[in-house]
Amino acid sequence: MSKATTEQPVAGTTIFTGTEARKGYALNKMCYSFNHAENRAAFKQDEDAYCARYGLNAQQREAIRRRNVLDLIAAGGNVYYLAKFAGIFGLNVQDLGAQQTGMTVQAFKQKLVEAGK
Amino acid sequence: MAQIIGSVCMSHIPMIGMAINRGLQQDPYFKPFFDGFAPVHRWLEKTRPDVAVIFYNDHGLNFFLDKMPTFAIGAAPEYQNADEGWGLKPFEPLPGDPELSWKIIEGVVADEFDVTTCQEMQVDHACAVPVELLWPNTTPHPVRVVPIMVNTVQHPLPSAKRCLALGQAVGRAIEAYEKDLKVVVLGTGGLSHQLDGTRAGYINREFDHLCLDRLIDKPEALTRYSNVELVDLAGTQGIELLNWIAARGALGGNVSELHRTYHIPISNTASAIQLLENRPAREARLRRTG
Repeated sequence: MSKATTEQPVAGTTIFTGTEARKGYALNKMCYSFNHAENRAAFKQDEDAYCARYGLNAQQREAIRRRNVLDLIAAGGNVYYLAKFAGIFGLNVQDLGAQQTGMTVQAFKQKLVEAGK
Repeated sequence: MAQIIGSVCMSHIPMIGMAINRGLQQDPYFKPFFDGFAPVHRWLEKTRPDVAVIFYNDHGLNFFLDKMPTFAIGAAPEYQNADEGWGLKPFEPLPGDPELSWKIIEGVVADEFDVTTCQEMQVDHACAVPVELLWPNTTPHPVRVVPIMVNTVQHPLPSAKRCLALGQAVGRAIEAYEKDLKVVVLGTGGLSHQLDGTRAGYINREFDHLCLDRLIDKPEALTRYSNVELVDLAGTQGIELLNWIAARGALGGNVSELHRTYHIPISNTASAIQLLENRPAREARLRRTG
């Protein structure tokens, strides 16, 4: 789990501050466009062109290429917008949770069930 | 005069919308949550509110990060739901009550809340799912709505203290409205959950119960927490608790808790339902029904 810092005081957590919002603006703007089915289709058809259209920087482009949620957050992504990106692949927030915690989806879901016992 | 009969606060998870879409209410995974609405439905049947004033947060449907209001009040004749990226079938449009919206806007601005006003506004799952949960399978919906959006997405967020005060100002504005209307207040989201980071899956049952208890008789006790403390205690998205605090503010002093459901998990979330009845409204109702 990532350590707490003055800027990010809760361990394992990136609070979406103005710093993050500035850093991730292009990435989040692209993900916001995925509200529309035709934009999701355009992304799938030509990912490079679609990312270029939104002006993603190299770090953001690479994180999108790798479908890596922690890298996307490090690049300024906000999870509500990343959930729209994940939707392109039929993934939900439990899939995202499993990937970020290095667990299988089944194990992540079980962890949540255990929290209720 | 308009009267606030009580509040219903509840989780608004997209997966609940999906479950409604697919008719999974009796599926063992969802049943404990959906069953929690039976007493709420009975109460709504008895009290029959005309309008629902809904404190919620937008997740990137109507508001993007290009222009992000801290508080935004809908003043539209109708509110459309739409695709949020997952291709789910949108919920039916919700009818608005622009006249009440403007009374609330005038009231809260007079109380020095500088809100954004929206004569066109789409509403996402955080507004549409709760209405569908409270009035299932009824089209058109039997209530008009006034959506009040609270920024719980891009920090700095309004403080818990400010959200409680906003709710109080909204409550005063509603009660100053000369029309005979029954208003129910909704607060949506929460309770504890975190979707992002290596701490994803974080849940805090103890803190959730403390919040549910304090919301009844001492909501101001929750205003001692900073938003960083709330993220720490409730998770990055658990901070949607701010919507519940605002809803509670609209009720005023004395309330009775008529129902509570707390169930872990739905998706990544500790799901909850809390029905609070405004005590003066309750006494009036009991007098009427003898």
